[in-house]
Amino acid sequence: MAGLRTRKLNIVDRALGKGRQEVVSQSAFAHLFSEFVQYSQARSITASELERRLEDAGVGIGVRILELASLRDGKTRRETRMLGILQYVHTTIWKALFGKSADALEKVVENEDEFMISEQEPLVNQYISVPAHLPNLNCAAFAAGIIRGALESAGFPAAVQAHTVAADAGGSRTVFLIKFAPEVLARERSLASA
Amino acid sequence: MAAQRPPYQRLGDVAFSKVEKVNAELFTLTYGAVVVQLLKDSEDVEQTSIQLEKMGYNIGVRIIDEFLAKANAGTCTDFKETGEVIAKVAFRMFLGVTVDCRHVVEPNAPADAMPAFHLIIVDNPLVDFVELPEHCSTLAYCNLLCGVVRGALEMVGMRVETKLLKDTLWGDEHTEISVSLKELVHEQYRDDDE
Repeated sequence: MAGLRTRKLNIVDRALGKGRQEVVSQSAFAHLFSEFVQYSQARSITASELERRLEDAGVGIGVRILELASLRDGKTRRETRMLGILQYVHTTIWKALFGKSADALEKVVENEDEFMISEQEPLVNQYISVPAHLPNLNCAAFAAGIIRGALESAGFPAAVQAHTVAADAGGSRTVFLIKFAPEVLARERSLASA
Repeated sequence: MAAQRPPYQRLGDVAFSKVEKVNAELFTLTYGAVVVQLLKDSEDVEQTSIQLEKMGYNIGVRIIDEFLAKANAGTCTDFKETGEVIAKVAFRMFLGVTVDCRHVVEPNAPADAMPAFHLIIVDNPLVDFVELPEHCSTLAYCNLLCGVVRGALEMVGMRVETKLLKDTLWGDEHTEISVSLKELVHEQYRDDDE
């Protein structure tokens, strides 16, 4: 009897849930995120400090969503190549979080180890207006953190930065610049030659 | 004769069907990231609970505008009705879940005692994937919701006290929030010239 009472249902015993169907209102998310941005802003002096805080918070989400998405897909093999994992992040993970794939995945021509994922209108930035005294701030640093977390836990350590880039047709888009660590590149080379 | 107002359940469904939506897991994971960041910053479980309530309050103060503008819930005649509207319309509109509202009457309360109700949340989107580690077992993880209710009601002239009574993370069956009315604040109009 006592054994029954003390045995709390462990979190890994619970069902994973259906995923995609469950939704909440966007304003609930926007309010929560804006509150978090304000909280972080009060604790940081420069824009880059604020971005770093947002990014760090995103990393934990990236780690979890990678696991969740691959469990739901029933993926039994790891991605071992750079392009493979990038496509996975760009399509599957983006869909799991934001309901659509990211707008584009490109390679930086000059550098072998740099890639870009770009997004016309990131969900996290939808209700954020950048204050005049912090012109370089991009709150999509949070999403950059998610990318970094997912890549890191997949075994591809990388630095990810969110940049605001003026678009050709006016307006702006957000580009996530991904720079892989040297060991990832070295592994990629040895895999390519094998 | 006044037209019969549709039951609140339906009002909530209609309001929820109209709002923009995002993936519930993005919301859940983001909230988790926020709580973790708060815990890291304050290194104190009690302080984190307080901070969460404050953040909720800030959200509530602003979210009430959207609620009044979109939900079409009309004016409440008494505090009991307010409880129903929060449970059936507001929670449904923002979080996509319906909540039960139970009115509580203290057994030997005086006749002029202030009214109170409990919100009972069975399907709480905040607690998916969450487990409180041993050293955080007293954390009021869902305190954000208490703050939201308090902030929103204050904006419509009701000063209330909210408290997280039960939480699934503490091993309870459901999440339960008590809301008790403290004071009705009547708006005071002032001349702009003053």
